[in-house]
Amino acid sequence: MNWSSIFSVSLEAIIGSTTIAYALAAIGLNVHFGYTGLLNFGQSAFLGVGAYGIAITVATFSQSLWLGVAIGLAAAVILALLLGIPTLRLRADYLAIVTIAAAEIIRLFYRATDLRKWTGASDGLQSFSQDFYDLNPFAGSKGIDLGLITFTDRELWILVVGWTLVLLSCLVVYLLMSSPWGRVLKAIREDEDAVRSLGKNVFSYKMQSLVLGGVIGALGGFVFALDRAAVQPDTYGTEFTFFAYTIVILGGAARVFGPVVGSMIFWVLLVFIDSTLSEASNNKVFPEWFMTTSQAGSVRYILVGLGLILLLIYRPQGIFGDKREVMLDGR
Amino acid sequence: MDADRAARSRAVEALAGLPCEPGVPKPDPILIADNVVRRFGGLTAVDVKHVEVQRGSITALIGPNGAGKTTFFNLLTGFDAPDEGSWTFNGRSLSGVAAHKVARAGMVRTFQLTKALSKLKVIDNMRLGATGQRGETFWRALLPGTWKQQEAEVTARAEDLLTRFKLIAKKDDFAGSLSGGQRKLLEMARALMVQPEMVMLDEPMAGVNPALTQSLLGHVKQLREDGMTVLFVEHDMDMVHDISDWIIVMGQGGVIAEGTPDKVMADPRVIDAYLGAHHDGAVKTVGGEEVDAGDLEESGGVTLIGAVDELSQDDVPSPPVSGDDDFRKEPA
Repeated sequence: MNWSSIFSVSLEAIIGSTTIAYALAAIGLNVHFGYTGLLNFGQSAFLGVGAYGIAITVATFSQSLWLGVAIGLAAAVILALLLGIPTLRLRADYLAIVTIAAAEIIRLFYRATDLRKWTGASDGLQSFSQDFYDLNPFAGSKGIDLGLITFTDRELWILVVGWTLVLLSCLVVYLLMSSPWGRVLKAIREDEDAVRSLGKNVFSYKMQSLVLGGVIGALGGFVFALDRAAVQPDTYGTEFTFFAYTIVILGGAARVFGPVVGSMIFWVLLVFIDSTLSEASNNKVFPEWFMTTSQAGSVRYILVGLGLILLLIYRPQGIFGDKREVMLDGR
Repeated sequence: MDADRAARSRAVEALAGLPCEPGVPKPDPILIADNVVRRFGGLTAVDVKHVEVQRGSITALIGPNGAGKTTFFNLLTGFDAPDEGSWTFNGRSLSGVAAHKVARAGMVRTFQLTKALSKLKVIDNMRLGATGQRGETFWRALLPGTWKQQEAEVTARAEDLLTRFKLIAKKDDFAGSLSGGQRKLLEMARALMVQPEMVMLDEPMAGVNPALTQSLLGHVKQLREDGMTVLFVEHDMDMVHDISDWIIVMGQGGVIAEGTPDKVMADPRVIDAYLGAHHDGAVKTVGGEEVDAGDLEESGGVTLIGAVDELSQDDVPSPPVSGDDDFRKEPA
């Protein structure tokens, strides 16, 4: 058992780029679900349009990175409007159905072989991140070596940009949610008829919330795509959304830093269990009849799932949540 | 004491000489409804030919379960869309206007099932009611400097109202931790934050203990003294008689009688349709049970079954859709 490698990959996962992308996805989802009570099950689509916005603009049409960023953000806004206009006047469950379907439609659209020359179909797109890494001020340096954890110059650049985006998003969410605007959102989560009876345009606020959370999600898509220097349609499937929900609930819904800490804990656990199990099965710690190397990959989800069930039973408010607030529902 | 009751005397005087006929014109109506019809499938839940509400008065809307009172309320406040009809508020047509615009026009309602926003603090419930807040627009919300001062003014007004409604000690508690009666008070106080001209109270006394009822009654009377018009739905006949200046009786979706409390209570049509067999003393007890059955019936859309004969309540099947779900949808 190589414990130092297990610990180093786990520690890297705490601040790694995957954690950043999922944190941004979850911050957006927290605006939807945690603060406004919108059941958006298509958050992966917002990351997808962000990622493909850059990829198609740069790789397919050879335009600049900045145009790609602008297109990605605009696509997230348009997607939010498309999802919201028909569904936000209806009950919450309709939004859930429509968003999960829309996210799948968008993923299948990227996969479509007829569109191969633009989207690369199931192979996705590559070589669009050069502009981004050309901006890297750490380029050519050795990166960071802290003994257990090491990051290359490229990794360092995406981490700096990514964490800046996370902190900016948190700041915006904090400012908004401590303002009267945020108070209206939280009131809508509690009872939208009451809010309507007090003269607020509930539809408009729900739409603003959907757009804001979607745009923050698209930022996560940028980080995800630029880090991997590739986009592939199946990464933006329903699994992404469910992980993001898990992270929101783990961190504590309707808390500014909940999604960030949730994402850190989620990924460090997943990576730790995964690398421990694969080390263990490589070193024949478990007998063959108990678990093979290929089975170890699935067992990590079983263990993480078990952990989450225990969390929901013993700490339903998540890490940052307020127990009293959760208990009010029981009345 | 006289000054306290000035508005009451004015309202009583204005309404005194009117004939007790359904649809009678009032000297100074704030709300006028014409031919308002709402059907649920084959059932006509509301069919009001003509009704007027006198400005500055407390008007009660009574009637047996399923008479269409709450549905009529929902229509007037934009929470449901009528099949036909029109109405004006302060001379401005409000038919087909969205609920939030109705509130901004000065007509604010409360709900039969109290809608306190549980996970918001009492003071935030109150602040939410204020209209025209700069900090409620997206971009200005990001700049606390643009709304902090207005927020302080809103908070001061909220605290005044909370003091008046004796909820000031609870201002930093979650609204969900309040008792049922306190929630009713909070809802009424919150409605006042909108600074309405007309307050629509849907069963303000339902589920409130007798001690708190007196305090609630006092608050309702105070609304009139403050220049507001009150229209409310209620089942408790003693209470209706005590506080209202005018009573509108609904039955089977239409207005069947109108008049001052004394005259309405003596009107044989009302006794036949509403008080009926329960007239001697039994009203209150039945009224207590009515509340629950009424919830189901009125808002669920199955309105006419057993409307007159309440003794057959037990045989009435539950409506297929719960009322709450039904009007969560905004009218198209």
